[in-house]
Amino acid sequence: MTRAVVMVIALAALAAGCEREDRPLRSEAALNENREAIALASNAPGPGGPIEYKSGTRAQYEKIAFHVSQGKKLFTWYNCSGCHANGGGGSGPALMDDVWIYGSAIENIAASIREGRPNGMPTFRGKIPEDQIWQIAAYVRALGGFVASDVASSRHDQLYAHEGESRLPSPPDTAGGQPGLAQPK
Amino acid sequence: MRFSLKSPAAVLILCLLGGCSGAQSALDPGGPQAQHLARLFWIFTGVCTVVWVAVMLVLLASLVRRTPARPDPLRLDARSERRSLAVVGGAVFATLLTIIALTALSYLSQRQLFARERPAVTIKVTGQQWWWDVRYESDAPDRTVTTANEIYIPVGRPVTVKLAATDLIHSFWVPSLFGKQDLIPGQDNEIQFTASRPGVYRGQCAEFCGWQHAHMGLVVVALPANEFQNWLTAQAAPAAEPEDAERKRGAEIFAAKACIMCHTVRGTSAGSRVGPDLTHFGSRKTIASATLPMSRGNIAAWIVDPQGIKPGVNMPNVSIASNELDPLVSYLAGLR
Repeated sequence: MTRAVVMVIALAALAAGCEREDRPLRSEAALNENREAIALASNAPGPGGPIEYKSGTRAQYEKIAFHVSQGKKLFTWYNCSGCHANGGGGSGPALMDDVWIYGSAIENIAASIREGRPNGMPTFRGKIPEDQIWQIAAYVRALGGFVASDVASSRHDQLYAHEGESRLPSPPDTAGGQPGLAQPK
Repeated sequence: MRFSLKSPAAVLILCLLGGCSGAQSALDPGGPQAQHLARLFWIFTGVCTVVWVAVMLVLLASLVRRTPARPDPLRLDARSERRSLAVVGGAVFATLLTIIALTALSYLSQRQLFARERPAVTIKVTGQQWWWDVRYESDAPDRTVTTANEIYIPVGRPVTVKLAATDLIHSFWVPSLFGKQDLIPGQDNEIQFTASRPGVYRGQCAEFCGWQHAHMGLVVVALPANEFQNWLTAQAAPAAEPEDAERKRGAEIFAAKACIMCHTVRGTSAGSRVGPDLTHFGSRKTIASATLPMSRGNIAAWIVDPQGIKPGVNMPNVSIASNELDPLVSYLAGLR
């Protein structure tokens, strides 16, 4: 009897491990573009930090590893690395330090991507679908170290001294290789 | 029992017969390499059938034949011992001979499959989730052509296909022309085949590569050599300027929306290499990697809801206003 109870509990514990996170199978509706108004700076005189705006409606984006890894892929595809390198910064500011000119909340980062910022950051409104903007913002949060370590994606291949093993050129043909692979010259 | 076309057996037989011909069948070879494979298949099938029937007959005979009980089981009869030794020896010898013959045959076919000639055209195919990037290699930069999901080849000439992948392992399989060959990141594979008759052959990814693996098809079109050269010349040209107001508006929408973030249309400002090259998109036979036939309606459906047609595909649902869809479809369909 006790053994059966222990078995059931163990199985339940195992089954619970299957549900690490809920990956959304359908992206958000295309017209669900964010229209949240975000004040960029306070009207008060004198120096002041950026206004952190936390609506929390997209907080799930930085809690799901799938979103963060998609963001990492899109960061390369959309050439964010052209200015920000792999987070280290270039002609654009670094993203892996703790200086956040326009705020470090995911809402602020998404707004920076969507609306652009002065001195070089272009606007991607209409060019990048809304859910992808949030994915990239979640990845930028991961670069800044704000995201839980089981969600954050692994280090970028480009940051290693040489390319990943799967990207290195093929080794030369050897005697035991595929027959006749060498081209007739 | 009367034989009815509705019986499960008839359905099964018809399904099996359906595999014997058509644009995607290893049993309907379209070139010498596929011919080798088909011949090998039939020889193996024949030999295996003969072996199976022989084994079944012997088994049946041993079940049916009555052996009289021996008076003294321990007494050996020299003549019958010799006879069974000869029978068993003969069977082992025949088995060995069959295995050796089939292995030799398989080896010879393999050698012929990977024999190399100077290719008439070299094509680099890169597998991606879930489409094929196709690049015609040439020493002349203006003859280097990039397209997607469709391979045109000249009839009767050897074609070399270099296989690569960037994300994970795919497999290139056009059953009517060649066997399966994997596309592996970091490993360059190469096959060479010839199509001996003009026509359209269908192929698809043969290595499970994720959610839409089943919708990663491709089309191979074999054309007479001069028509192939015309096709290549047309493909090498940049996209034609849009000629009417609607298509001009479509080009503007393409450049202003998410399309330009991933796609190339040579001759315009769109130059991203993330998605398939769309320079001559309208001249293709299918869209979304041989998932839908080419038509205005299907282009519109694909733009509006790619995630509904191929869930998980890298093309996102983008926001397009209702009055923007028609010009965009006209622009894309007109990229011939």
